Amino acid sequence: MKKFNEKLSGRVFFILALSSISMLALITVFIISRGVPLIANVGLKNFFGMTWAPSRGLFGITPMIIGSVSVTLGAAIIGIPIGLCCSIFLAEFAPVRMREIFRPAIQLLAGIPSVVYGFWGLLFVVPFIRNYLGGAGLSILAGSIILGIMILPTIISISEASILAIPKQYLYKEGALALGLTQLQTIRFVLLPAAKSGIVSAVILGIGRAIGETMAVIMVLGNSVALPTSVLDPVRTLTTNIGIEMGYAKDEHQQALFATGIVLFIIIMILNSTAQYLTRRKR
Amino acid sequence: MAGQHKISVRDMNVWFSDKQVIHSLNIDIPSNEIISVLGPANSGITTLLRSLNRLSDLNPAMRVEGEILLDGNNIRDVSVTELRRKVGMVFDVPTPLPISIFDNIAYGPRLSGTKNMKNLTGIVEQSLREAALWDDVKDRLYTPAMSLSGGQQQRLCIARVLALKPEVILLDRPCSGLDPLSTAKIEESLKNLKAQFTIIIAPHNVQQASRVSDHIAFMLMGHLVEHGTAEKILTNPKDQRTNDYLTGRFG
Amino acid sequence: MMKGSSRVTENIIKTLIWAAALSVLTVLVVIIAYILIRGLPVISWQFLTEIPRNMGRSGGISSTIVGTLMVTLVAIVIATPFGIGTAFYLAEYTRRDSMVTRVIRFSAESLAGIPSIVYGLFGFIFFVKYLGMGWSVLSGGLTLAIMILPTIIRTSEEAILAVPNLYREVSYSLGGTKWQTIVKTVLPSAIRGIANGVILSVGRCVAETAAVVLTAGSALRMTTSLTSPTRTMAVHFYILASEAISFENAYGTAALLIILIFLINVVANTLINRFIAKGR
Repeated sequence: MKKFNEKLSGRVFFILALSSISMLALITVFIISRGVPLIANVGLKNFFGMTWAPSRGLFGITPMIIGSVSVTLGAAIIGIPIGLCCSIFLAEFAPVRMREIFRPAIQLLAGIPSVVYGFWGLLFVVPFIRNYLGGAGLSILAGSIILGIMILPTIISISEASILAIPKQYLYKEGALALGLTQLQTIRFVLLPAAKSGIVSAVILGIGRAIGETMAVIMVLGNSVALPTSVLDPVRTLTTNIGIEMGYAKDEHQQALFATGIVLFIIIMILNSTAQYLTRRKR
Repeated sequence: MAGQHKISVRDMNVWFSDKQVIHSLNIDIPSNEIISVLGPANSGITTLLRSLNRLSDLNPAMRVEGEILLDGNNIRDVSVTELRRKVGMVFDVPTPLPISIFDNIAYGPRLSGTKNMKNLTGIVEQSLREAALWDDVKDRLYTPAMSLSGGQQQRLCIARVLALKPEVILLDRPCSGLDPLSTAKIEESLKNLKAQFTIIIAPHNVQQASRVSDHIAFMLMGHLVEHGTAEKILTNPKDQRTNDYLTGRFG
Repeated sequence: MMKGSSRVTENIIKTLIWAAALSVLTVLVVIIAYILIRGLPVISWQFLTEIPRNMGRSGGISSTIVGTLMVTLVAIVIATPFGIGTAFYLAEYTRRDSMVTRVIRFSAESLAGIPSIVYGLFGFIFFVKYLGMGWSVLSGGLTLAIMILPTIIRTSEEAILAVPNLYREVSYSLGGTKWQTIVKTVLPSAIRGIANGVILSVGRCVAETAAVVLTAGSALRMTTSLTSPTRTMAVHFYILASEAISFENAYGTAALLIILIFLINVVANTLINRFIAKGR
């Protein structure tokens, strides 16, 4: 019995690991096999065209790509500086009590369902924009604000970890003692450069999170397929395109949504691989 | 030949990656005595001890060559779990597992299939008595072993090895972090145990070696310099390097 | 950089850093307060125990609570053994820098980054259509299982690697085999860390919408089996809010979701804190 367990256990663990990772392959194969035929049928010119009108056989996703990029850019502009400040605050400035409040708070921020963010955005952020900045309120700006908040936990936790991974002695010796730097100068000239690759991968993963988010932005973006001209215009992203139309799409239309999924998948894989490469190189 | 010696090591060479850490070592270890393997840090003593119960197998970078005979049988020819039960080991830091005192002692017997609670209780009590820990812990066998003092933890580790009913006990600097009182208690129990076991100890200093050993072996940089009865080594070493070490010139 | 004005600049930047940190806390408090103030009064015994009526305009949310529990249960039951098994394989059976480890870790981290809507697409085409399971608790649960797999793998692996190597050596030196060492020493020592990961995954399942709505469906009636469609609380909340069916009940559902997530985090943190305290 014991010998049996011994031989079996290694194999069982191996099989479990193999099946876990084969999921990635399975997902890739099924999404691609469902989406690629459409791209092949209608051609790249149509697929990357400017008009999305499935009923007329037009599957141009360029407006959605522009939508995803603009909302993500907005989220990055809002989320990255605040997130970085927070991680510096946590690692260097925060009193112990403050830290004890902050960490679970960030965890809670990460745990709140994305639909709740969207709902809050719809009832709080959207009217605010409508009343004070004009437009319908449902806009790139609203989406950027919501996503900017939602990517904070990712950015804060990963960059804080990479800041904390720097040996304290190194900071002390290189900064304060050797060069006579102030605390902020130490942060700028010693700490941030040392934590650079971790921070960059935090930012990349945060951006990945923003591009991939669906339910929060579906409620605040207005979801128009027209090209936006300002941050106050409504827009549709790659994810919300799938989220809105999957419920009723049939045949070619459904395939087109899978094709949209392929584009999303490729963007995310590129971002992830870059982030993984950066963290691995650091080790 | 095989009957006289508990353990015989023949032409042992050990490499760690491509660095040789033990050089053609030969030694016979008699039964029912305490032998101290003495020497400065990095002499290969820990490596020697860990090779005797094949804990060295756990390190993929370590390569052991030569023959090690236990009662005349090559230790490569018996099952490794059986070998490790016969040749128990106490580490240089107290290593209670994060479970109760009772479960720590019962760990080994349970692995080899002793399930009966009455038998286990008997083994636990006997082992704790032999390690002179019974009176300290008999009222709190089910409290975490981590709650014991350092000295008590190390005696717990000795009791845990005794519960295996081993033939040989290896102790790798077992008193290195302990106070003199705890050290004295452990040395006392070792002397009581040698009637039943063969004990190989890496003492943490010459004084300890002189207090507990029947035999002493002196190792330096992976070489066995000399070995003999404790009296002979301590009073009249053959080799100048042994003399230098014993008189505190280095190490 | 050491001029007279640098003191002023230094203070301004410090203030900005503090302001950023406090504003994040403020936003969190505002969101939670906003939902709870409006949602808590809605929650009552009837709200929790009655079936939604009139598309959710009236009645309670009991069937969506059951739906959430069932989908989550399926996901956890399936993902936990695979996740923990993979973690043990990574931590105990492979060398840290071997090719196998790198492939597994790359896949796990890639899975972690895939957006939930893509999981939804996959679950729809694979479980719902290809395997013919239809919109069902099973399809939803299995899709979520794949989604939470990387979380369980990562947290379990970290917990296993945090077990001191000495424990393993002790177990081996007492005549333990590898299997015995894993089951009797490593697993008990890592169990709190592993449980922490599993509980956090429960939170992700409860909160997920995009992947579930495409795979478990949005049927409002009480689920009776693993093969029937269901609606989870998050999906229900989304439909109530986005289709403006009942903001009141939407607030109630959202408040309940937030309370659940909060409790899950508290439990997970208690586990991990005790875990750290015990390790010392």
